[in-house]
Amino acid sequence: MPTALLRMSQVSKSFGATRALADVSLEARGGEVLALIGENGAGKSTLMKILSGAVSPDRGEMVLAGGPFSPRGPHAARLAGVAMIYQELNLAPDLSVVENVMLGQESRRCGVVRRADERQRVREALKQLDRTDLPLDVPVGQLSVADQQVVEIARALVTDAKVIVFDEPTSSLTRHDVQNLFRAIVRLKQSGIAIIYISHFLEEIRQIADRFVVLRDGSVAGSGPLAGATEADIVSLMVGRKVDELFPSVPHARGEVLLSLEGLSGRRAPRGATLELHRGEILGLSGLVGAGRTELLRCLMALDPVRDGRVRIAGLEPRRTPHARIRAGLGLVSEDRKTEGLAQRESIVDNMTYSRLQPYSRLGWLNLGRRRAAVEDWMRKLNVKARSSEQLVEHLSGGNQQKVAIARVMHQDADVLLLDEPTRGIDVGTKAEIYRLMAELVAQGKAVIFVSSYFTELLAVCDRVGVMSRGELREIRPASEWTSESILSCALGVDGRT
Amino acid sequence: MGETAAKLGLARRGGDFLRNVLGPFLALVVVVGIFWIADSMQADGGRFATLRNAQNILVQSATVGVAALGMTLIIISGGIDLSAGTAMALSATALAWFLREQYSPAVSVAAGIAVGCLCGCANGMLISLLRIVPFIVTLGTMTIYLGLAKIVGDNTMVRPLPAQVPLWMKQLLSPRVEYEWMVFAPGVWLLLVMALVTAAVLRYTVFGRHVFAVGSNEATARLCGINVPLVRITVYTISGFFIGVAGLYQFTRLTVGDPTSGTGKELPIIAAVVIGGGSLSGGRGSILGTLTGALIMQVISSGCTSLRLPNPIQEIIIGCIIIAAVTIDQFRQRRQAV
Repeated sequence: MPTALLRMSQVSKSFGATRALADVSLEARGGEVLALIGENGAGKSTLMKILSGAVSPDRGEMVLAGGPFSPRGPHAARLAGVAMIYQELNLAPDLSVVENVMLGQESRRCGVVRRADERQRVREALKQLDRTDLPLDVPVGQLSVADQQVVEIARALVTDAKVIVFDEPTSSLTRHDVQNLFRAIVRLKQSGIAIIYISHFLEEIRQIADRFVVLRDGSVAGSGPLAGATEADIVSLMVGRKVDELFPSVPHARGEVLLSLEGLSGRRAPRGATLELHRGEILGLSGLVGAGRTELLRCLMALDPVRDGRVRIAGLEPRRTPHARIRAGLGLVSEDRKTEGLAQRESIVDNMTYSRLQPYSRLGWLNLGRRRAAVEDWMRKLNVKARSSEQLVEHLSGGNQQKVAIARVMHQDADVLLLDEPTRGIDVGTKAEIYRLMAELVAQGKAVIFVSSYFTELLAVCDRVGVMSRGELREIRPASEWTSESILSCALGVDGRT
Repeated sequence: MGETAAKLGLARRGGDFLRNVLGPFLALVVVVGIFWIADSMQADGGRFATLRNAQNILVQSATVGVAALGMTLIIISGGIDLSAGTAMALSATALAWFLREQYSPAVSVAAGIAVGCLCGCANGMLISLLRIVPFIVTLGTMTIYLGLAKIVGDNTMVRPLPAQVPLWMKQLLSPRVEYEWMVFAPGVWLLLVMALVTAAVLRYTVFGRHVFAVGSNEATARLCGINVPLVRITVYTISGFFIGVAGLYQFTRLTVGDPTSGTGKELPIIAAVVIGGGSLSGGRGSILGTLTGALIMQVISSGCTSLRLPNPIQEIIIGCIIIAAVTIDQFRQRRQAV
């Protein structure tokens, strides 16, 4: 019977009026992988922050290996034996593998680094992970993401971590690398370390985890051994409502062709993408990370260099500049709200009207009052929650930011909306609102390309779904003819068409 | 599989060594080669590739070279120091003031260097404690140090009597070497020793590694328990020491303490680091590269003189070299990233 290495009991945390965690209790046992499952906004990241010492809980207690655990900061947590492997890796790209692993805990004598000793310790850690092939002296910036992750795990091993928390570790890995990571996790587990594995890929969790805890709205919605739980059980615990409420249906009919691509090719991806998009249609784009879906949208908007191919919008061929594409009726919602999609430090009004200021301008002067009124109208329509239209976007929640981003392309009166992962990082309620919005837009005769990595929503929301793999648009079929499995095997290129 | 990967690592490491260390050095060789050829093609050429000229070039680049040692540390740690020039002039002025006021040369030199250390330390403290970006802090202290130097110098140059300046100071950076066995001026040798020590500190000490870590990814450094403010303050203070020494060098060449002599000098100092492969976004840079960078600039200006090219042309060429160095560096980075 494995022992509980880390126990959290009745942990609660509020930020202002928002209750992020309410009486959460869980225990991570040595030699076991505990999966922490939950939608975005369920409280996973707050829990992580508490474990890492970045924030301290309002109530509740934590026990690590028999002693009280209340870290005062990330470094203290690390020293106590809790290591975090974040989605965005924490490495110094210019330092070598050895230097990164030993950072902050260098072997030293009188301030001078004992290099031989360090190499020995790093080698041991890598041996434990069965990755002795990793070069020790290469700057980690030159390694693949998968190898960088190994460096972070090795760092945790060198600090003698008792508990290692993985936060969505596979989100940027290839299939092959995922299997390597899982092998490493199994080895960690065998050496008696407790693993907390955060993810919402259920297939992965089933493969690697022993037990699960589902968080919803800041509390534990359910937990138990994975062996006895079906996927449907877990999903209903996560969502907490029936699936048809989540995906509202608005009837819409398919009209004439609005957008057509012929052999569109970019620098690396897409490669020869050909498709037709009709008015009144939602086209889903699926594929693994790096399959070229984002690149396809960016080439469409002429944001990335186009090598070859034609783009026709309502029969016309606009020039290859983002400006011309916007005027032709395209509108892109970037997958990256933080750095590209929105100007975080500007107001809602500014962000919403950047792409179309003509209605409010006369001889270059803006009628601010009229613009503000129009924006507030849109905020009401999309149910954007903010103090005022002048509030800075960076102070909004993820879901409200996304609504502002979508409102911008609606405000510019785009005919074809290109939505790149619009539901990533937002809560379930807002997701449902966005699905409804998309359906309402196509019911008005517009068209939507919807990129998502989440098969369930693609199959529920889209009329047709196309699957991309290695830059190629492999196949487009009506959504009813796809299943999660067939999408995945097409995305992996294992359907005999490779 | 493991072995080949290890070999690959070794090969990459060798390649990195070639690119990062020998890269700027090759550039220096090319620049010297070009001027050598151009000079010998002139009817009355032959002045460029002489020992005398080499002595001159080294002496002339020594002041920038010393200050650039500290700037290398600062830039690797992700910072910048715009006050380097005026702080150097402040040190030189203070040194001159102490000499004029009849203090012994040893005390005066110590005072000059101490002033440099204080300037650097103040920069580091302001950056770390007020959490203002280094560019802004040092933009401010640049003017502050200029003002202080003018106060010390009472708005004019501080001119000690010739008898008050000891002989060794006069010889420190004299192009004509007193003892022939030394070949180059003592100040050049001193610079070389300091450079070796600094390079060793960067490479072999925990502190040196932390400097790289802070510049490469500050968040990671903090996560790993590195005292980032302390590293910053130490880096700026060490740099202040080198600026103090550069002040001494400056003084021995001018033999007066001129409060305004440092204005604009921060630019060649920063340029030396950048030409030598330092990255203004932090995490990269080397002492050897920096010294080569300082030499490249001096070789160009000396070469242009021997070719009788006017000053403006020299300045344009140096500007082009800076941009070219950074462009090549970026190109290299992109290729490595693949």
